[in-house]
Amino acid sequence: MKQYMAVLSAAAVMLFSLEAMAAGTIRIGALFSVTGPASFLGEPEKKTLEMLVKDLNAKGGIKGSKIELFIEDTQGDATKAMQLATKLIKNDKVVAIIGPSITGDTMAIIPLVEKEQIPLVSCAAGVKITDPVKKWVFKTPANDHVAGEKLLDYLGAKKQKNVALLTVSDAYGQSGREQLKALAVKKGFTLVADEVYSPKDTDMTAQLTKIKGTKAEAIICWGTNPGPAVVTRNVKQLGIKIPLYQSHGVASKKYIELAGAEAAEGVILPAGKLTVYDKLKKSDPQHKTLGEYDQAYRKSYGVEASTFGGYAHDAFELVVEAIKKSGSTPEQIRNGIEQVRKLVGVSGLFTMSPTDHNGLDLSAFEMVKVVKGDWELAK
Amino acid sequence: MDLLQQLTQYAFSGLSTGAIYALIGLGFAIIYNATGIINFAQGEFVMLGGVLTHFFLIVLKLPAGVAMGGAVIATTVIGALFERLTIRPLKRPTPLSLVIITIGGSIFIRGVAMLVWGKDTQSLPPFSGEEPITLAGATVMPQHLWIFGITLLVIAANKFFFYYTIRGKAMRACSFNRTAASLVGIDVRKMVLLSFVISSAMGAMAGIIIAPLTMTAYDVGVMLGLKGFCAAIIGGMSSGFGTVLGGLLLGLLESLGAGLISSGYKDAIAFIILLLILFIRPQGLFSKAQTERV
Repeated sequence: MKQYMAVLSAAAVMLFSLEAMAAGTIRIGALFSVTGPASFLGEPEKKTLEMLVKDLNAKGGIKGSKIELFIEDTQGDATKAMQLATKLIKNDKVVAIIGPSITGDTMAIIPLVEKEQIPLVSCAAGVKITDPVKKWVFKTPANDHVAGEKLLDYLGAKKQKNVALLTVSDAYGQSGREQLKALAVKKGFTLVADEVYSPKDTDMTAQLTKIKGTKAEAIICWGTNPGPAVVTRNVKQLGIKIPLYQSHGVASKKYIELAGAEAAEGVILPAGKLTVYDKLKKSDPQHKTLGEYDQAYRKSYGVEASTFGGYAHDAFELVVEAIKKSGSTPEQIRNGIEQVRKLVGVSGLFTMSPTDHNGLDLSAFEMVKVVKGDWELAK
Repeated sequence: MDLLQQLTQYAFSGLSTGAIYALIGLGFAIIYNATGIINFAQGEFVMLGGVLTHFFLIVLKLPAGVAMGGAVIATTVIGALFERLTIRPLKRPTPLSLVIITIGGSIFIRGVAMLVWGKDTQSLPPFSGEEPITLAGATVMPQHLWIFGITLLVIAANKFFFYYTIRGKAMRACSFNRTAASLVGIDVRKMVLLSFVISSAMGAMAGIIIAPLTMTAYDVGVMLGLKGFCAAIIGGMSSGFGTVLGGLLLGLLESLGAGLISSGYKDAIAFIILLLILFIRPQGLFSKAQTERV
């Protein structure tokens, strides 16, 4: 009887998978904050993913199976993210989820994907997403502390040891602040100021005046637009002469445009290589991928590609690579992603392992400098 | 940089931010005085001023004067439509339902602006150069002087309108007693419409002159509106110097708080002041309990 049951269930499983194969499509879900405060992340991510899926399907899909994409908008709201993730898993029966765009949404749905055993490739930067490692959760943006470390190494090389922090009071800024503080202690820096501002603040001269009164040799501002642009203008207004560093969160032309080329002159920041890909050496392993992505994006949408869209690009490539290598069930995709070695993405070279579900290192970033309204590699 | 120099800079920073709050607060006060409504869509008028100017100036490439004029006119039309379509049709207006309508209206305007002009933050060129001006060791931008100047101009124009023109006097009459005003032949509904026209035009103007400093996007109205509301509350909803002093005080306290205590508490300071005033002196800091409110 027992044997009979086993055969029967095996047959049922086979029937099930046959049915899935007969359908001929691979159902992939995506959660992005397309509207709401984090729309600057979600929108390029959505566009990127739509472009890539269209492209891949036009080329015949993966081993003949087309991709069917289900994109939902979380609006940056963790409750909505939870509802939509449930919908993707239960109704749309997706085999993997790409996104969400922000750390809060991602943290909210982690318990769900772990329980339902659906691989999640997050496009959010927060370090706690993959630290500690969760079996079903991966992420493509480099950890904040990788960018922070790159930045502090640069400051160290320039012998700027007294550092003033100015961070935005949202999740991005505060995560950066914690990482920088921990790293600064470890690397022997002295923090002479630790100021914050709100995401919608329109004037930071008070904080900067305070910093001007300290012995700071460098200012590190950690935030996403428009705050850092205001800081940049205020630094110029107050006539502060010490160097201003920004985070990778403003590594786009938009930042220079908002701050004004004159005020932004000389600002240095760690940026994903996409920002300066045309200035990279031809021998750089990412050179080709970055160029192709940027040109395809320009062709489809008429604007330059952003690092943020790159997060979705890499998440999709990871999933595709896993399906090609090991198969299209959730379990196979998860195992496939974990076995990825040196996959060339927009954010860097991904090498996953059971203990590292992000897979990027310091080489994901380049130090860049604003020179005459454009980015140059910083020496 | 010694402490005195720092304090001067805090004061200048505070006053220049405060002037922005004051200008927005005045818009709240005018509608409140004519209608008793607190118009939470006021921040959206400010947003529209900036966003429309950007649209006319940068996207349609119109000359600056035309772009700004066009933005004020377009916002005024939207303000008037807002009153006609949402406030006036109300059969039995209660303060609560009116407040909820204006909140709903603000969300609607914000949503439409997002769909039409996108979500990106945009910057506008300053009116007269980007070279900071040094005063007593502290620096301000030329644009700040424009804000101070235009705020003063607006107050003067307000005073003149409300005290020396027949329409202004009629609006004041409505704020004292609507029934009595209508009995002596004042068209109260027209006055309400007029108050929306004035305050949306003012909001748009505020949005235009602050955009070169603060930048503009579909969602800037929320925080600016809230701070302007604080300024108006501190000033006891007066449409004159009370609100201006309220705005300047708020900016000053925020800046000193950020500089001397902790920048983490900057917004908390503003809202604690708002709560304290609502608890202790709901009539505002500068007015006696029973004074005229215009």
